[in-house]
Amino acid sequence: MRGRIFGGLLVALMPMLSFAASGGSSAEVVRAPINMTAISMFMVFVGATLCITWWAARRTHTTSDYYAAGGAITGTQNGFAIAGDFMSAASFLGVSGLVYSSGYDGLIYSVGGLVSWPLVMFLMAERLRNLGRYTFADAVSYRLSAVPIRTLSACGTLVVVLLYLIAQMVGAGTLIQVLFGLPYEFAIILVGVLMVLYVSFGGMIATTWVQIIKATLLLIGSSVLAFLVMSEFDFSFERMFSEAIAIHPNGVAVMAPGGLISDPISALSLGVALVFGTAGLPHILMRFFTVPDAREARKSVFIATGLVGYFYLLTVIMGFGAIVLISQNPEFLTSTGLRGGNNMAAIHLSQAVAGNLFLGFISAVAFATILAVVAGLTLSGASAISHDLYANVFKRGEVSETEVVRISRYASGVLGVLAVFLGMVFEGQNVAYMVLLAFAVAASVNFPILILSMYWRGLTTRGAVAGGTVGLLVAIACMVTGPTVWVEILGYEQAIFPYKYPALFSMSSAFAVIVGVSLLDRSDSAAREAAAFDQQYVRSVTGMGAAGAVQH
Amino acid sequence: MSDLYAKIFADEAFQRMQRKRSHLTWALCALMLGSFYSFILVIAFRPDLLAIPLGPNTVITWGIPVAVSIILLGFVSTGIYVWRANGEFDSTIERIVERVSATD
Repeated sequence: MRGRIFGGLLVALMPMLSFAASGGSSAEVVRAPINMTAISMFMVFVGATLCITWWAARRTHTTSDYYAAGGAITGTQNGFAIAGDFMSAASFLGVSGLVYSSGYDGLIYSVGGLVSWPLVMFLMAERLRNLGRYTFADAVSYRLSAVPIRTLSACGTLVVVLLYLIAQMVGAGTLIQVLFGLPYEFAIILVGVLMVLYVSFGGMIATTWVQIIKATLLLIGSSVLAFLVMSEFDFSFERMFSEAIAIHPNGVAVMAPGGLISDPISALSLGVALVFGTAGLPHILMRFFTVPDAREARKSVFIATGLVGYFYLLTVIMGFGAIVLISQNPEFLTSTGLRGGNNMAAIHLSQAVAGNLFLGFISAVAFATILAVVAGLTLSGASAISHDLYANVFKRGEVSETEVVRISRYASGVLGVLAVFLGMVFEGQNVAYMVLLAFAVAASVNFPILILSMYWRGLTTRGAVAGGTVGLLVAIACMVTGPTVWVEILGYEQAIFPYKYPALFSMSSAFAVIVGVSLLDRSDSAAREAAAFDQQYVRSVTGMGAAGAVQH
Repeated sequence: MSDLYAKIFADEAFQRMQRKRSHLTWALCALMLGSFYSFILVIAFRPDLLAIPLGPNTVITWGIPVAVSIILLGFVSTGIYVWRANGEFDSTIERIVERVSATD
């Protein structure tokens, strides 16, 4: 049991992760009566985002418009979009649900989720912006050989994107049953159709604005909710915490870490997945190319860090408030606990403090959150297919701009169909491990090759390809033979790999192989790649020759 | 063109500037990673430390201000970096690039 809670906890903290994933296999979903308020508010959101898509499509003329919004997004706007990518249904529902069920342990995940942002800022934001154009593979292949590097980066991207999409799809289907009272398949198809429309017609411009609107709605909704909760306690934290201690079955222990991370290896591995996985998520890295220069890229990370930090503090208020305000209210309970599972704490709380209209608003925001996140994922996957694989690997760069964008539109359609299909296949299954694996892959493939390409002169193409491949395989192997898949899903007695989180092992083996193979690489190409480092370095810190905002 | 890059790379003011930037970068990275992993290790080995109440008349434990401080520290340290980089660093680099380009 403890294991499952632990897994649920980890997953809930992961950005973009699905509601169902953190609900795990335990939640039996009961479809709620149809909620017209929530559905109408959601329809308003969908209508508004489709108008934006139409507007964005008319402004999308070039490849740069399509992949990077023409580099014309401001730092502040991009900060909201990045924060939106991170403030997923999981952060909102999952983390507040965790605080509701376990108290302080929920906070650990908020802290971990925030710490990756300063590191992205210090190490990556400016260099990535100055070296790349559309995808992070641009930066890695700046001085390394394009064909193998882009193939590897595209594999890393597609694995992360597909695993995430599945988790999001299953989450969307589950959420729509509980929130709107509509069938699972309906949700999956709706999400699939909308995300393909946003991405294929509106490209990065539409995807960014959908994310900005959603982030704003989510911040407003959570702020109002937290304010109303605090007003119930006369704005006294002391009173809120005392009443929570009095009501929660764990009593005073709710105010301290509950021993959920007791094994140091797991603790470290979890920390690695969180911090370095986030720094390797392709759809977040892609956002740095939507701003005009490094200056705005840095500003956007600062804004995003502030918004995410503020949002996490609100989830603490929501979680503790929910302990007091709903955990004893029969209206929100079934015989086994909270109606719809612990992840519904924030949703029920909105009804408890402000009634049906606000419940409708919060439900619509929760669903909009998933929609915005899958759109970002799809665009990232479509870019890897069209820009990295098709244009730079198959066609070796000999291809027209219009054709690349056309391929990208097809690719988003294919990803949409695939996501809907896989969402149906995995209905009702525990998909939590997919998110763990996505983070491990991001930390073991994308992150090491990107960071070393920018900071280590000695990195060679052979080293990057060998190490990245090893990182990918080790992450998958450890996850499949670990306790989550081998024991809980495949039903074997004993896990071959003893730890739940592969990131520590897969990332270190990736780094070790990359460094080892690069050092042993005595080829001419290795010498050329090292020689090109100075020029790359000067460009990465000065921005000379970097792709700027597109002048229309 | 690549000659200009080489000249900038070899420029002493540029190298000095980059040393300064990398000191700040690594100091801030160490600060964030250090505080986060210390927090994780305290949770793994001595969770009772975080369970101590702030005072005799409160139920709020040390764990709460510690977690909130790390979140604030993340925000403040990104703020420090943006402030230095978007101000001092960028303008220094810009001057260096202009000077070196002029002699090119």
